[in-house]
Amino acid sequence: MSSLSGKIQEVFNEPGCEKNQGKSDKERKKGCTKQLQPGGAAGGCAFDGAKIALQPITDVAHLVHGPIACEGNSWDNRGSKSSGSNLWRTGFTTDINETDVVFGGEKRLYKSVKEIIEKYDPPAVFVYQTCVPAMIGDDIDAVCKAASQKFGKPVIPINSPGFVGPKNLGNKLAGEAILDHVIGTEEPEYTTPYDINIIGEYNLSGELWQVKPLLDELGIRILCCISGDAKYHDVASSHRAKAAMMVCSKSMINIARKMEDRYDIPFFEGSFYGIEDSSEALREISRLLIEKGAPAELMERTEALIAREEALAWANIEPYKKRLTGKKVLLITGGVKSWSVVAALQEAGMELVGTSVKKSTKEDKERIKELMGEDAHMIDDMSPREMYKMLRDAQADIMLSGGRSQFIALKAKMPWLDINQERHHAYMGYVGMVELVKEIDKALYNPVWEQVRKRAPWDEQTWEDVADAAIAAEAAAMAADPALARDKRRATTICNCKNISRGIIEDAITEFGLTTAALVSEKTLAGTGCGSCSDKLGKIIKTIDEWNQPVAGAEPSQTQHAA
Amino acid sequence: MATVVHSKKSCAVNPLKMSQPIGSALAYMGINNCMPLFHGSQGCTSFGLVLFVRHFKEAIPLQTTAMSEVATVLGGLDNVEQAILTIAAKQKPSIIGISSTGVTETKGDDVDGYIKLIREKHPELDHIALVYVSTPDFKDAFQDGWAKTVTKMIEQLVKPVPVDAVRNLKKVNILPGAHLTPGDLDELRDILDAFGLEAAFMPDLSGSLDGHVPQDFTPTTIGGITLEEIASLGFSGHTIAIGEQMRDAAVALEKLTHVPFTLFDRLTGLGVSDQLIALCAKLSGNAVPNKIRRQRSQLVDAMLDGHFYFGGKKIAIGAEPDLLWALGNWFTELGAEIFAAVTTTASPLLERMATEEVLIGDLEDLEAKAATCDLLVTHSHGRQAAERLKIPFYRIGIPMFDRLGAAHQTIVGYRGTRDLVFEIANMFIADAHEAHTDTWYPAMRQQEQVGVAAEAH
Ligand code: SF4
Repeated sequence: MSSLSGKIQEVFNEPGCEKNQGKSDKERKKGCTKQLQPGGAAGGCAFDGAKIALQPITDVAHLVHGPIACEGNSWDNRGSKSSGSNLWRTGFTTDINETDVVFGGEKRLYKSVKEIIEKYDPPAVFVYQTCVPAMIGDDIDAVCKAASQKFGKPVIPINSPGFVGPKNLGNKLAGEAILDHVIGTEEPEYTTPYDINIIGEYNLSGELWQVKPLLDELGIRILCCISGDAKYHDVASSHRAKAAMMVCSKSMINIARKMEDRYDIPFFEGSFYGIEDSSEALREISRLLIEKGAPAELMERTEALIAREEALAWANIEPYKKRLTGKKVLLITGGVKSWSVVAALQEAGMELVGTSVKKSTKEDKERIKELMGEDAHMIDDMSPREMYKMLRDAQADIMLSGGRSQFIALKAKMPWLDINQERHHAYMGYVGMVELVKEIDKALYNPVWEQVRKRAPWDEQTWEDVADAAIAAEAAAMAADPALARDKRRATTICNCKNISRGIIEDAITEFGLTTAALVSEKTLAGTGCGSCSDKLGKIIKTIDEWNQPVAGAEPSQTQHAA
Repeated sequence: MATVVHSKKSCAVNPLKMSQPIGSALAYMGINNCMPLFHGSQGCTSFGLVLFVRHFKEAIPLQTTAMSEVATVLGGLDNVEQAILTIAAKQKPSIIGISSTGVTETKGDDVDGYIKLIREKHPELDHIALVYVSTPDFKDAFQDGWAKTVTKMIEQLVKPVPVDAVRNLKKVNILPGAHLTPGDLDELRDILDAFGLEAAFMPDLSGSLDGHVPQDFTPTTIGGITLEEIASLGFSGHTIAIGEQMRDAAVALEKLTHVPFTLFDRLTGLGVSDQLIALCAKLSGNAVPNKIRRQRSQLVDAMLDGHFYFGGKKIAIGAEPDLLWALGNWFTELGAEIFAAVTTTASPLLERMATEEVLIGDLEDLEAKAATCDLLVTHSHGRQAAERLKIPFYRIGIPMFDRLGAAHQTIVGYRGTRDLVFEIANMFIADAHEAHTDTWYPAMRQQEQVGVAAEAH
């Protein structure tokens, strides 16, 4: 476990992460993982994150060492696509039982590797550690090493048991594992001045193939995509690329940066979501390749291709633009996709009325802000009722989100489009953008909405009426009773990591005359978890006078300290 | 009579099994205004959540005590306490249903002890029922988690009733196994209705996960049986348990309240449906209504029309014991042969199956045995195998993530059985192979071709 905690520390110290550079040593040690709130947490574990990051490697056998929960409840549920082997979709797990928990599961793990190699003969086996074997001290590094020697095949330990942190930590630990054990261990058959890596792209719904033909046309070769539609050999020999593009926000920054350090592969951060972003990415790829010695004429060809593709995309979007301009989109999604999709939607003439930042890193948020201006709505934690109210108040025409909020949107009879991991449509590159616009149009103009929004002939009210009445009653109660409104306001949780309510923060601000978010954090601990609420703290400081009017009939404000 | 074999492999490939805690969580989801809570790391909850969301296509309430690496070493009292407090404040449930996971069972957290301490410390939580079930991931399977949870809730939440209490003889408790869908429950409710009997389902997924547009949004479960209804189960006239897994629950209920029970190990098929209807007639004192008689004769007709297609067919089934039992017997009754049977966990039913061998194993095992079969029957994870084997694939069980309507798939009673006959028969018909010149003498045909090829040169 000591080597694992070392790795985690190393990931936290990531110099490529701008957020980290502003931190003190002590802060940095705590890392950027959000402290989880019992009873209020959601989201996958580090193991989940590691698997998401590496499972798209298609010809590898991905073996999960743990009880049935980790693999049995989740296998074959990702939308990545493969142009070759389907072995990655096979669920392998040691499914450890009580005896293993008592006596250790290393033997079972070793035998499992053996069985897999005998039956499936993959180029490599990836072994994922999970919580229970980590707790009982199963040393997967040692087992992998022994198995690798015995069977003459790479057996790679992915040490990212669920309980060390959330998904995004797992993404990074997975990156460390392939940096340590895979990248640079094989050589490509040949190299060209046009070899690139794409890092952090998982080829969901086959969206990589919306871009690859363009690169092919330019003569640019994807030496390796980490990890969408990759083969083990691609990853192992990816250190010979000339340049790299990092697409998935920060989730694999460590791979990009360390490959730059170790193998002198320059990288840039870009996105293939949206027309302008796609063009920018293509230019940047060519620029880096030329810098590294590719002929300068590559840029001319790139520009010509961009001009052609852009014109084509706009022409294809044109018929929809009329129908979509002015339509309001409510975007609720975590991380990665948020900022990429925003640009795309605006290109189609749509108006954005809100975006959530749950699970996003701070940089994601900054990007959304940049793109959307100061007025960006940030929706963090929302109860279903609140979400309905927001949909209604925002007067959104369509909601874009991932997985879980789908059913709330649909029950609110709101057109909805999936833009998360399990989505079935590919939205990358120029064609993908057209695809997205088409899908939005289809969803918006489906005649079903008109029908389902009508109440049954014998019903007095629709359930929307009921919900509206409840919301109105609530609002009226609050208007009539300022003390109630005040209590309600004060009871809202501002810092989810540390579970600090608005009341505690307001009191601290008035009592100690705090003027910055940092000071508030010091006094109340709010904002010392993931840090995502520091904006809110600033806002509370700004508006404190407004809120702090004494309310007739209310108890005089009682100062509470977090300590 | 079958031999029950445990897979000898070290590595499970393409798991059929899902873990106990999520079976437990599903049982809690049939209780009104409940928040299921896993005591474990957040990932286990997240996987369970995603699985149910994809199956039911509904928002699913499920929370976690979010045990970190450090917390697992120190023990989870603080986390359990905090989780309960947070849930009590945020979602305001009537009941919090707690299930342990592999992580907290490995450490050996004494959750019953924790709950005692929390009760002492927080009298303000007295109005919330707290139920805890031990469900380590590394033991047993989904249906076991469900069954243990129902039993535990009965023991803890049902009011004991003396033998001579006055009961409502028109009220019938139904303890459904984990393999029954909301659609199945609705069908049973209809049947009992027809006899003037009132059904109380424990748990009741038909109100909570049947895919309707609700009157209002709540963050906890909606629909489902209420705590008051659970408390008064002892005043019903009779209990019907469905699936061998529910025996413990039925016995526990009888012990507490002296309500006699009838256990149906399955309700798919003509004979077993007859038994159910006969029981309903007896309990209600009413004659069998015309509607039900018509349904029976429709099923009989369906079986007559359908048997041509079932006779001699080789079936491969992968399912949890009670579902395997229900389907396996039904296929056998229509003349098909259970050629491959794979299941997840032990059950007294397995050795009574009408097949040679029942394997406690995975979908790799099933795929290997299904190569010569005419039909593959299992949950959605069988899709890869079916594609490779190129045989028809009937999806049933949890999870069903690549088709719509999982909650409404109904296979109980006359009507459910009738529709199942048609659906499967149609699959056989669609897959029927037309005769070719070489159908009956394939070897000769090959020789002929070789001969023709030789001549052409
Ligand atoms: S939290 Fe741990 S036990 Fe749970 S799914 Fe993740 S790795 Fe498995």
